Amino acid sequence: MTPTPIWRRYSRMFGPDPAAAVKDELSFHLQAKIDDLVTQGWSPEAARHEAERQFGDLRAVQQIGVRIGEKMERRKRLQDYWTDSLQDVRYTFRTLRRDPGFAAISILILALAIGANTAVFSVVNTLLLRPLPFPDSRQLVWIAPPPTGCGFSCATYSADAYEEFREQSRAYQDVTGYMAFTTPDNVRLTGRGEPEPATSFEVIGNFFQVLGVQPAMGSLFTQDESRGPHPIALLANAYWRRQFNADPSIVGKAVELNGTPVTIVGVLPESFDFGAVFSPGAKVDLFTPLDLNMERDWGNIVTLIGRLKPGVTVAQALDDANRVAPSMYFNVKYPQTLGRYKDALIPVLLKDCVTGKLRRSLIALWCAVGTILLIAGVNLSNLLLARAAARAKEFAVRGALGASRGRIVRQLFMESLVLSGAGAALGLGLALLLIAWLAHQGSVALPLLSTLRIDGQALGWTVLVAVFTAMIFGLLPGLRMASGNLQEVLKDSGAGAGLGRKHERLRAALVVSEVALACVLLVSAGLLLRSFVKVLDVDLGFQPDRAASIKVDYDDGAPTEQARQDKRGEIFEQIIARVSALPGVEAAGISDYLPLGPNRNWDTPVPQGKIFQPGELPDPLVYVITPGFVRALGIHMHGRDFTWADGPHSERVVLINASAARVYWPGEDAVGKILMRDKEEDHVVGVVDDVHEETVEGGTGSQIYYPATQQGPAGAQLVVRTSLPPATLAASLLRALRELNPKQPAAEFRPIQTIVDRAVSPRRFFILLVAAFASLGLLLAALGIYGVISYSVTRKAQEIGIRMALGASVGAVQRQVLGGALRLAFAGMVLGTLLALAVARLISSLLFATSSWDLPTYLGMAVVLLLVAGVSGYIPARRASGVNPMEALRSN
Amino acid sequence: MDTAKLEFFRGTLDVLILKALVWGPLHGYAITNLIRRQSDDALLLEEGTLYPALWRLENKGLLDAEWGLSENNRKAKFYRLTPEGRRQLRHEVKTWEAYAAAVAKVLGATQPPSPEEVG
Repeated sequence: MTPTPIWRRYSRMFGPDPAAAVKDELSFHLQAKIDDLVTQGWSPEAARHEAERQFGDLRAVQQIGVRIGEKMERRKRLQDYWTDSLQDVRYTFRTLRRDPGFAAISILILALAIGANTAVFSVVNTLLLRPLPFPDSRQLVWIAPPPTGCGFSCATYSADAYEEFREQSRAYQDVTGYMAFTTPDNVRLTGRGEPEPATSFEVIGNFFQVLGVQPAMGSLFTQDESRGPHPIALLANAYWRRQFNADPSIVGKAVELNGTPVTIVGVLPESFDFGAVFSPGAKVDLFTPLDLNMERDWGNIVTLIGRLKPGVTVAQALDDANRVAPSMYFNVKYPQTLGRYKDALIPVLLKDCVTGKLRRSLIALWCAVGTILLIAGVNLSNLLLARAAARAKEFAVRGALGASRGRIVRQLFMESLVLSGAGAALGLGLALLLIAWLAHQGSVALPLLSTLRIDGQALGWTVLVAVFTAMIFGLLPGLRMASGNLQEVLKDSGAGAGLGRKHERLRAALVVSEVALACVLLVSAGLLLRSFVKVLDVDLGFQPDRAASIKVDYDDGAPTEQARQDKRGEIFEQIIARVSALPGVEAAGISDYLPLGPNRNWDTPVPQGKIFQPGELPDPLVYVITPGFVRALGIHMHGRDFTWADGPHSERVVLINASAARVYWPGEDAVGKILMRDKEEDHVVGVVDDVHEETVEGGTGSQIYYPATQQGPAGAQLVVRTSLPPATLAASLLRALRELNPKQPAAEFRPIQTIVDRAVSPRRFFILLVAAFASLGLLLAALGIYGVISYSVTRKAQEIGIRMALGASVGAVQRQVLGGALRLAFAGMVLGTLLALAVARLISSLLFATSSWDLPTYLGMAVVLLLVAGVSGYIPARRASGVNPMEALRSN
Repeated sequence: MDTAKLEFFRGTLDVLILKALVWGPLHGYAITNLIRRQSDDALLLEEGTLYPALWRLENKGLLDAEWGLSENNRKAKFYRLTPEGRRQLRHEVKTWEAYAAAVAKVLGATQPPSPEEVG
C-alpha cells in the first residue's frame, strides 16, 4: 500500500463527501474488473457488461454506501466536537486555577445573582404561574360582589342566598362556601389537661368535594352530616400530627371541643393547607360542618366558591349569576329582601382572587432580579474584558498557531459557562436557604407561602439563567478578542497601546450601563421604601402600641335572649373590673372583632326621619363591644362611651364612626340622633374616629358599635392598654381570667401591633427583597467602578510616575483618578435617572402616597451613588498616589 | 455439487472479509479475488454485496479505511483490520468451528440417539 496521497489530505479541508467516496470506490472496482477481463481476452465492451453483471445492483449498493457514510461522518463530527469541548473544559479549569481570585469573585457575583433569580422564580412560580394545589383548579371560582369599601367583609352571602344560588345556577358542578367570620383560637380543646385554644373553620358539607380534596384518612363530610345532630370534625394534617401525635387510629374517636364531645371523621391530606389559600398566614386546625339552618338569621356569613362545569367560562358564569341574582333573597322570611344581590355576584377565578393582587408586586420583583442578573452579567463581562486584555497575547499566539476564531470564541464561551455553572450551583444553594427561610415566615400574610420549594421547574429555570448569563457576559469579550488584529496584538507591548485603550472605552461604557441599572433599582427601592414609611405612618384610628389582646372564653348560656344578655353583662363587667385592677393596666374592654381583620355587617340602619334611595345607605360593619373598649384600643371619640348601665332593659344605644355620621347626618353632629333598624330605635351616644377595619392602605367605610349587653357578640377579644410590656402582663392576666372561668384556654396575649405588622407584612416582605436587590446592585456597580479605575491606574502607573517625578502633587493625582470614577458614576446616574423615571411610572400602582417623581428619593439615590462611587474610586486613587516614580519608570 | 450455487449464510461474508485482511490491507476488488481464489472458486459471491458488508464493518470499528493507490496507480480505498477486528475474527472463527463441528457430528451420525437422550 502506498502512503496517503497529498490530495487526500487536502480533501479534509473541504469536508468529506460520502457520496463521492462511494462512487470512487465502486468505479475503481469495476475498472479493475474490466482490466482483468480485457487481459483475459474480452473485448472492452463485453468486459464492461460482464463486470456490471457480476457486480449486481450498482445503484442499490451506492445508496447503502451513502447512507452508511453519512452516518459515520456525523458521528465523527460529534466525536471531534466532544474531544474539543473536553479539551476546552480542561483548559478552562487550568486557567481558572491559575487565577483563583478572579474565579472566586466571579463565581460569588454569579451565585448571588443566579441565587436571587432562582429564589424569586420559585416565589413567582408558586404564587403566580403554577395553578392552585387542587385538581382542575381552573374550574374553581370565587364569587363575590364588586370590590367596595369593606372588601372581604362584604364578600359574603346569607344562608338563604347560598341555597338559592346553588339551586338555580347552571354554570357550576357544585357551589360551596365556608363561614367567613372565624377568629383565630375560636374553640377550646378540652378534656386533655389544660384547655388549649384551636382554630376551627365551619365549612359547608360539600366543601372538600368541590375543591377536590381527598382525605388522608377516614372520610369527608357529606351533605347530610352537615345538618346532622352529632357533632363531627375533620382534622388538618398538621394539627393531627402536632396535637395527636399522628395517631393512626384517630378516626372514630371523640375529642372534646368547648366541653362537647366531637367525633373525628377524618384527617385531611398534608397537601391541603386551607390557610395558605384562603387565609394567608393563618393556621387552621379543624373543620366542622356548617349548619346553615342555625345561621339562617345571621345575615351575610358564607363565602361562595364554585366549581364550574367543564368548558364553562367565567364570562358565561357571570351571565348565569346575573340571571339568578334577581330571584335571590337575603332572607326568605322578609320578601322585601328579594333582589338584594343584584349585580353582587361576580365570579372570578379563585387563583386570581388568591394571588391576583400580588401580580404587580411579583412582576416588579421579578424585574428587579432580572436587573440584578444584567448588572452581574455586565460586571462579569467587564472582569473578563480586563482578563482578556491580559490574555490577548495568549490568544494571538493560539490564533497564529492555527486555532480558528470560532474555536477561540468557543474556548472563551466555555470559560463563561464553567464560571456561570459554578455560580449557578452555589446560587442554588443560596436559593435553597432563602426559600426555606421564606417558607417559614408564618407572620407574612402572603398566600401559598408555606408551599414554597425549589422544584424541577426552578432547577430548569436556574439552568436557563446560567446559560443565558454565560452568553451575555461571555460572548462580548469573546467576540472582541477574536476580532482583534493578530499582528497588532503581538506588536502591542501591553500597557498604553491602542487595543488596551479600546478595551478601556468599552469597559467604561459597560460600567456606565451598570451604574444606570443600579440607579433604576435604587430609585425603585427608594420609592417603595418611602411608601412603606408612609404606610407605617397611616393614622389607623387607634393606637396599636401598648395595647394587647387575648381571646376570652365565657359561658352566657341561659334560656332567653334577655337572660343571656343579663348574664353576659355580668360576666364581662366582672372580667373588666378584675383585669383593670391588675397593676399596669390602664384600660380594658371587650369587642367581638378587632380591626384589620375579618368582620361582618348585619343590616342597613336608617337615620330617623330621613328618606334615602335604596342602595344609597351603607351596610356598616358591626362591632359588639363593652364599655372601656374604645379607650383600651385608643380610639378617639366624642359623645360618651357605653356604660354598664346600658343594659338589656334600658334604651338602645350605639356608637357610629365619623364616616357613617357623614353619610347619615352630613354637616350635623350625630350625637343624640336616632338610627332605625326596622322598628327598633338606636340612640347614637357617641361618634368615634374611623378605624381601618381591613387594610392599612385602604380607606374605611361605615362602622357601627353595639353594646355587648344589648346585642349578641360573636366572641370576646379582651383588649388591654397597659404601661408594661404585654409579655410581662400575660401570666397575671391569664391567672385572673382563670380564676373567673377555669375553662379559659391558654390563648396568646398578642400585642395589637402584631396585627398591624401582619397587615403590612406583604409590603414589608417586598420592600425587604427589593431593598436587598438594590443593595446588591449597588455593590456590583461599585465593584465595576473599582475594577475599571483600578485597572486604568495599573495601566497608567508609568504615566503617573512621570507626572509625579515632574512635580505633580499627591492631591492632584488622587483628584484625577477620583474624578475618573465620579465621571463614570455621573454618566451612569444621568442615564439611570432617565430610565428610573420611566420605570417609576410603571411601578406607580405599587406606591402608597408617594409620587413616582418623589424628589427626595432621587436626591437620596444620587447621594448614595456618588458616595459609593467616591469610595470605589478613592481606593485606587490612594494606590495611584503611592506610586513610586522611580519604580514605575524602571518597570517595563 | 454445483459450486456456483453455494449461497452465503448471513454473517459468513463478514468473517471471510475479516479473514481476508489478516495478511494486510486490501481494497475491495482484491478482497473478492482473494476469497474466490482461496476457496478454489467454490465460493462465488455477487461482488456488489461485498461493499455494504465492508462499510458496515468499518462503521462498527472492526475495519479502518484509507485511500491509497492501487498496483496500477488508481485511487482505491484500502481496508485494514483494527485490533478490535482481529479480536472479532478470533471469536468468529471459534464460533464457526464449533458450529461446523456440531453440524458435521449430526450429519455424520450412524445411529439414532438413545431414547432417554431424546426426552
